[in-house]
Amino acid sequence: MAFTLKINGTPHEVDVDGDTPLLWVLRDVLGMTGTKFGCGQALCGACTVHVDGAMTRSCITTVDSVGESEITTIEAIAQTPQGAALQKAWLELEVVQCGYCQSGQIMSAAALLKYTPKPTDDDIDAAMSGNVCRCGTYQRIRAAIKHAAGV
Amino acid sequence: MDELVLKEQIVDEAAMSRRAFLRGTGLLLGFALTGASTESVFAAPASRVVENEVTGTFAPNGFIRINPTGAVILVIPMIEMGQGVYTSLSMLLAEELEVNLDQIQVQHAPANHALYVNSIIGIQNTGGSASVRAFWTPLRQAGAVGRHLLIAAAAKRWNVDPATCRAKDGVVFDASGSKHLTYGALAKAAAKLPMPPTANVKLKDRKDFNLIGTRAKRVDSAIKVDGRALYGIDTRLPDMKVAAVAISPVLGGKAKTVDEKAALAVKGVRQVVNIDEAVAVVADHMGAANKGLQAAAITWDHGPNVKVSNADIVKQLEEESKKPGAVARNVGDVGKALAEATQRVEAIYQVPFLAHAAMEPMNCTVHLQKDRCDIWVGTQAPTITQSQVAELTGLPKDAIKIHNHLIGGGFGRRLEADGTVLAVKIAKHVDGPVKVIWSREEDIQHDMYRPYYLDRLSAGLDAAGKPVAWTHRIAGSSVMARYYPPYVKDGLDPDAVEAAAEPPYALPNIHVDFVRVEPPGVRTSWWRGVGPTHNVFVVESFLDELAHAAKQDPVAYRKGLLGHNPRVLAVLSLAAEKAGWGSPLPARHGRGISVQFAYGSYTSQVAEVEVASDGSVKVKRIVCAIDCGMYVNPDTIEAQVQGGTLFGLTAALHGSITFKDGRVEQSNFDSYLPMRIDEVPAVETHLIESIEAPGGIGEASTSIVSAAVANAIFAATGRRLRSLPFDTDSLK
Ligand code: FES
Ligand code: FES
Repeated sequence: MAFTLKINGTPHEVDVDGDTPLLWVLRDVLGMTGTKFGCGQALCGACTVHVDGAMTRSCITTVDSVGESEITTIEAIAQTPQGAALQKAWLELEVVQCGYCQSGQIMSAAALLKYTPKPTDDDIDAAMSGNVCRCGTYQRIRAAIKHAAGV
Repeated sequence: MDELVLKEQIVDEAAMSRRAFLRGTGLLLGFALTGASTESVFAAPASRVVENEVTGTFAPNGFIRINPTGAVILVIPMIEMGQGVYTSLSMLLAEELEVNLDQIQVQHAPANHALYVNSIIGIQNTGGSASVRAFWTPLRQAGAVGRHLLIAAAAKRWNVDPATCRAKDGVVFDASGSKHLTYGALAKAAAKLPMPPTANVKLKDRKDFNLIGTRAKRVDSAIKVDGRALYGIDTRLPDMKVAAVAISPVLGGKAKTVDEKAALAVKGVRQVVNIDEAVAVVADHMGAANKGLQAAAITWDHGPNVKVSNADIVKQLEEESKKPGAVARNVGDVGKALAEATQRVEAIYQVPFLAHAAMEPMNCTVHLQKDRCDIWVGTQAPTITQSQVAELTGLPKDAIKIHNHLIGGGFGRRLEADGTVLAVKIAKHVDGPVKVIWSREEDIQHDMYRPYYLDRLSAGLDAAGKPVAWTHRIAGSSVMARYYPPYVKDGLDPDAVEAAAEPPYALPNIHVDFVRVEPPGVRTSWWRGVGPTHNVFVVESFLDELAHAAKQDPVAYRKGLLGHNPRVLAVLSLAAEKAGWGSPLPARHGRGISVQFAYGSYTSQVAEVEVASDGSVKVKRIVCAIDCGMYVNPDTIEAQVQGGTLFGLTAALHGSITFKDGRVEQSNFDSYLPMRIDEVPAVETHLIESIEAPGGIGEASTSIVSAAVANAIFAATGRRLRSLPFDTDSLK
């Protein structure tokens, strides 16, 4: 089936089954590989994108459920004030190690700051505990979110 | 390998990555890991300069490429998997070459033993916390040779004595500073100069270091915060197909029935490949491949391992560990000392199988053609991978092109080539390039696991409580015997006994041996921290048991046994001091300490825990003191201490792979639990300044943490936990 997806402000036409996860449409059909595959079961957050601004695990989001919604991926998150601030903080605090989880971490953090500009530690725990980092960068992720939020 | 082949390989690498990238996000690279070089680049054995007038690229050794446009490309022999090696090794080169980190581009090294072998490991492998240790001198020398030749080229042009010239930030200046030439402008001329004798090339004094020892920024951060970084799983090639794979759930089993028709009926599915041990569904995208694999409804003939269970594996270890093993250390007379001891302590410790569960699941892209085989993968072992693919395809090694990639977490998993071998077996049936991606479930259930070990210990204490006898028998699989047999002599696996054969303490009578027991139906391999991850838990927990038996404070007791070992003593004292050892804590709170010497570094940690009435353990704080000799980048060390600690702690709290009916019982992050942000303690690092030789850092915290936490749990509850992961039910 053909779908028109609005991704990072641009419409993209794709012809796939309606139950295809958005993750694979982004990565394999459209070649946007910044969004990562980690678990396929909404357990790790590596695949996080925004759908109409809301944090969404693209690995369990079927393409036919997206409709007219605006999809934002890591490739364009710098265009939001939260995304830009977070990327800067990530660089200043040297958060990344292998980096594989970091697209998802930044996408989750950007959604957090959008709705909770001054998050507490509990807010950070709640928003970020769906994102796994096997390299163990959590301490710096927390610090960088606070740094970006100015708290 | 001759220069021509290597040249082709690097050019391929650059071109492929660039193409892949451009098709990907369409953004421009500010900092390029690969593919930014527009010139042909090529390498020469370190002892020779190759004539390279054609391209004008200055390539004095395997690591440096400077072309006339001024691009400075550093070819990094070890792979980046998060540990910061692209930054630290670049710092070593750049320090002596006299370039800034923001002037360089970094390129993955191709598979080439002669140019890029890790001298500590003996293979071009990234592992064993050995990268900085092995390349500390060679890379500084390589940089210094480059600088020497570039200065010589400038001096020649100006007709002055090279000794009057100096280099800084990629520019050579004459004595007055009025004349200067960039490295790019000098590349062509420098490439024609003969190699200087090593004796003529002086390394910088430590006091003149500009980069080494600083918190230089990681060279790979920028591309990792906006999705540009390319991992193996991001490989995209013209006409590439992707494949989902189901591997026989029991090792040695075969596919019995496959509903090929149903799989092919799924839109986007192109092909079903059945290679008995696994079935792959090849499609236009992973969504279709996964759906096709479901539709194929595969059933399996499980084969001989269908009865394998953890209970049987442990029973076998219990039995075999009663028999003597290969002797790792035998000093004094343990039997006599035990007989004469005032007090005897005995214990059995056990640690489980562990999966690596790196965030980037196993994947490999293969394009097998008649006369060559291209492999796109992130590997810690490019030459081993190349050899195994050569054997499998019958092609010569030089025809196997390994295009290495950033790895989304290695932890030892990518030291094995099994994922590549499986992908090549599948690719044999596919026309054109195919990317095989394992699901998370396949990744966890078909890992090569950290071995299950069972340890028997006994000790004898004298009237003052000092250990006069120490015996330690380790039983488990030998990874080394399979991976690198020459290192195993008379049945003794040096990895399996590392940090157990030589505890840092004064032990006048000690006997340590190893019993090799291979579990059926289970593949074992390297896991972050290797031997010490298991042994330090055991040795440091047991030492704590002895302190308790001697009715002494764990820190004071250790200090009394470390008089001969000042560097261990220093980290122990520092960790204890920074942690406030001895200051009062509330009920059910406790502190525990552990120390280790491993990977050439001295480490001590104090863990502070709180054990709730339901038995759950909260690790509140970890204080780590470390002496890793001269260091390259303290920020990387702190990052590795934080990350390494959490990796070990995750395993101690949650990690266990178990077998039932030949299958792994865990499958995804809901059954093989990762640590999450809400569980993470603050980790503090205290670095000791030292002018000793550099030590390794990537694994030091992983191997030390579980003992510190076990000892803290004992301090909080009086319960000694001798198995991992911690059985919190027993703490209620
Ligand atoms: S891949 Fe979607 S949450 Fe893990
Ligand atoms: S940085 Fe490696 S998984 Fe998070």
